[in-house]
Amino acid sequence: MAHATTAVQDQETKLIEELGYDDHFHEHEHGDKFKSNFITKYIFSQDHKMIARQFLITGIIWAIIGAAMSVIFRLQLGFPDESLAWLQPLLGKWIEVDAATGVGKLSQEFYYALVTMHGTIIVFFVLTAGLSGTFSNLLIPFQIGARDMASPFLNMLSYWFFFLAGVVMFFSLFLSTGPFSGGWVAYPPLSVLPQASDGSGAGMTLWLISLTLFVVSVALGGINYITTVLNLRTKGMSMWRMPLTVWAFFITAIIALLSFPVLVSGFLLLMFDRGLGTSFYLNEIFIGGQALDHVGGSPILYQHLFWFLGHPEVYIIILPAMGLVSEVLSTHCRKPIFGYKAMVYSILAIAFLSFIVWAHHMFMAGVNPFISNFFVIFTLIIAVPSAVKVFNWISTMYKANIRYNAASLFAIGFVSMFISGGLTGIFLGNSAIDIQMHDTYFVVAHFHIVMGVAAFFGMFAGIYHWYPKMYGRFMNETLGRIHFWGTLIGAYAIFWPMHYLGMAGVPRRYYRFDSFEYLRPFDDLNQFITIAAIITFFLQILFVVNFFYSIWKGKKMTTKNPWGSTTIEWTTPIEPVHGNWPGKLPTVQRWPYDYSKNGRDFIPQIEPLGPNESEVH
Amino acid sequence: MKTGLLIIGSLLLIIVVVVQIGKITELAAKIRGEEEVQIETNNRMARFMMVFLIAFMALVFWSAIKYKNYMLGYGPHEAASQHGPELDSMFNWTLFFTGVVFILTHIALFYFAYKYKGRKGVQAAFLPHDNKLEIIWTAVPAVVMCFLVIRGLVAWNDVMGDVGADDEYIEVEATGAQFLWYLRYPGPDGILGERNYKLITGSNPLGQDWTDEANLDDFQPNDLVLPVGKKVRVRITARDVLHSFFLPHFRVKMDAVPGMPTYFVFTPTKTTEEYRQELSKYPEYQVPSDPNDPESEPLWKTFNYELACAELCGKGHFSMRKVVRIVTEEEYKAWLSEQQSYYMSSIRGKDEDPNKGKILPGETPPSEETAPAENETSTEEATTSEE
Repeated sequence: MAHATTAVQDQETKLIEELGYDDHFHEHEHGDKFKSNFITKYIFSQDHKMIARQFLITGIIWAIIGAAMSVIFRLQLGFPDESLAWLQPLLGKWIEVDAATGVGKLSQEFYYALVTMHGTIIVFFVLTAGLSGTFSNLLIPFQIGARDMASPFLNMLSYWFFFLAGVVMFFSLFLSTGPFSGGWVAYPPLSVLPQASDGSGAGMTLWLISLTLFVVSVALGGINYITTVLNLRTKGMSMWRMPLTVWAFFITAIIALLSFPVLVSGFLLLMFDRGLGTSFYLNEIFIGGQALDHVGGSPILYQHLFWFLGHPEVYIIILPAMGLVSEVLSTHCRKPIFGYKAMVYSILAIAFLSFIVWAHHMFMAGVNPFISNFFVIFTLIIAVPSAVKVFNWISTMYKANIRYNAASLFAIGFVSMFISGGLTGIFLGNSAIDIQMHDTYFVVAHFHIVMGVAAFFGMFAGIYHWYPKMYGRFMNETLGRIHFWGTLIGAYAIFWPMHYLGMAGVPRRYYRFDSFEYLRPFDDLNQFITIAAIITFFLQILFVVNFFYSIWKGKKMTTKNPWGSTTIEWTTPIEPVHGNWPGKLPTVQRWPYDYSKNGRDFIPQIEPLGPNESEVH
Repeated sequence: MKTGLLIIGSLLLIIVVVVQIGKITELAAKIRGEEEVQIETNNRMARFMMVFLIAFMALVFWSAIKYKNYMLGYGPHEAASQHGPELDSMFNWTLFFTGVVFILTHIALFYFAYKYKGRKGVQAAFLPHDNKLEIIWTAVPAVVMCFLVIRGLVAWNDVMGDVGADDEYIEVEATGAQFLWYLRYPGPDGILGERNYKLITGSNPLGQDWTDEANLDDFQPNDLVLPVGKKVRVRITARDVLHSFFLPHFRVKMDAVPGMPTYFVFTPTKTTEEYRQELSKYPEYQVPSDPNDPESEPLWKTFNYELACAELCGKGHFSMRKVVRIVTEEEYKAWLSEQQSYYMSSIRGKDEDPNKGKILPGETPPSEETAPAENETSTEEATTSEE
């Protein structure tokens, strides 16, 4: 369990001096303008390390907002007859208080707005920008040995477009007609017609603007990540020597760049239908006492465009988490990741397949049932690379010497969540079973576990692991471990019972369940879920406090490489410098997973192969 | 105001407590030496992993047994349609395979987490890959998937096919609107009349074209009533936004799309009465139907099949309920004979009736020019949208 000692550090510094590549970076006097004043250092920063932290903190704030929303609508679902008048100071007119009895009810319209915003915020702002934005920015330049991103300026723009998207979305929460309330998928005609739902008026306009800005952010970031990985790898860093994190971010960026623009095209047509009187998605509609002139469009076209992004999107969320977990697990197991190449190939396979399975979200949407045959086949094929990844993670732990801390715990928790949630995908991907399960709580349970909780676990693992690299300090371990156990148990307590609800045919997105006889027996489960959700939500205070407190007061990092990692981000100085490495760039001599090889605890990537050593993997 | 302060106060208190816990543990670690503490942590976490595994598996099985009656094809939750049992059986086969994988992988995951905790003076094995193992665990899931895919696709194409040219079937129409379902039966001629959404008015909620004779005998009942054992083709449409026609007990679901009729073909196999009899065996259905009135009928006696909406359609999405009644052939015939066409009850003789003043074939001349019945459907709509 030897941590990197001073001797090892000295040796690493010597290796960089001897073998490093001199790009004359520090001879060109850039004037280090990035450090020069408060604004350019902390706000309009072009430094990948600062941008990563901006993405992360913005993501954390959005995560708190998005999760708090879910607590409010869970209160409605668990205790529909309790008064919510005490929420009136926060929600104002959205709590409709009965003047006679003083009982406050959550307005139906706002219930759906909360559900919609919860989904939009968590999927896009937290698990796309907050996860991939943070760690792609932090780790790509660090782990491939680059001074910064290929275009630091675009990188800065990427954050600020994200920020702007957030401002617009936040503003929409305060509209008198409420934010958009037609579900995060925004299916037309509901999302087109303000007559159909209050939220489809100004709320939807702002939702569309916000997400379009968000796609600009993703595109700018993605171009940067791809370019950086392809062009700025240091000497010796061949593609097959990249850590799995970088592979994951790289492939994620490609998927995002190919799929997000399709979403924007779908949005554009939606905007035209809303504002310009076109009929891309509208056909023969009678609403609000009047027959609309729109004819000839199809709402299903939107669903195709949406899910052409929407499905890759779930991999945009989960691949970075997988990359982080692979790296964290290997480091703390003190063992090479099992089947490195199989891991890379399965990422590639998942990425490819993610583009040809989108209509599995639409089995019951009225598409030709014959077409569904293909989507069933491709969807269930995804189970194969996913299974390979799971088996490889488990094998990585076989005969390991696991160092337990918050990071490795969350990595193990991720694997458990990914198994539990992934397996239910096999039910839903099979169209015949989906007839019954589609749009029930079974689906809610499935995707929350496999891409919600699992991605959060990957993110937590990443945060606890690379926190020293971000802030030069550690987060508190004990709090981290309590956070892990509480969240693991809490997340299962919330989402496991939803499987039973789904099997019993309880549809999702219901404001209350007493309109139907067959939905009445589930009060106890719904209450249980709500209580679990509230506890788990408040447990996250442990993390938030730990995170912000540790920025200033955490235990200081005393050695460069506290985890004994092989990868080169841990050869940079504790106090970050402009250009990441103070002198020469390190050159890479071997793959990133030489743990416990030849009797040594770890061999850094910058160390040349020994005389009789072969680079096996 | 007071509660607000209280909440903020307790939040601050929690934060202070959390920070203090953090400080103390760090101090303790410093005093006792970090490596020592790490080994101790490893031991403790490893034990927790094992405890978690056992507790998790126990709870999974316990909850599965406790809620077995929610599961597809079990107990009171049997499908009431011909295709239903096949889907339920597929669900349960998938549950078997995934269950085995779930249990084995979790045992491996948490057992390894326990067994291979960090120990002093031990080094991990250098095991970068094993091609044979990797081929096996790529191939096995692929084979299992093939089994599930093939079975799934056979069932899917079987269920989703439309009616054949010479099939005998009943056609009914369900139209989703914010926030109710309209049901329409073709009447004695067996043909659903033409509709045009531009003709929709308060008194003509489906936009039926009254110049199409096929419309004149179409009727719009309140409940979806179907005979047992007869193939039904539901023509599913929407008037405003997307809805989804969901009959949970029959394993039937299909989106209702404005401007594009969809369909679902199924055969009910159990009458409402038969299903009630089956439910009567289960204790959870022997309780009073009204929890506040112990004298009320037992739950199984008041059971009804239901039609729900399964696609978000606006703020009243959760309330689009219709009762579904499956009856015997004789009851169905009797029920049919009681139904009056919507045209005759609500349109005949009014301004929008193109046949006003004319005598329709089979109609007895004017003498019983009764006032048209109260427009039942539009009042219903008004009450629903008020919610």
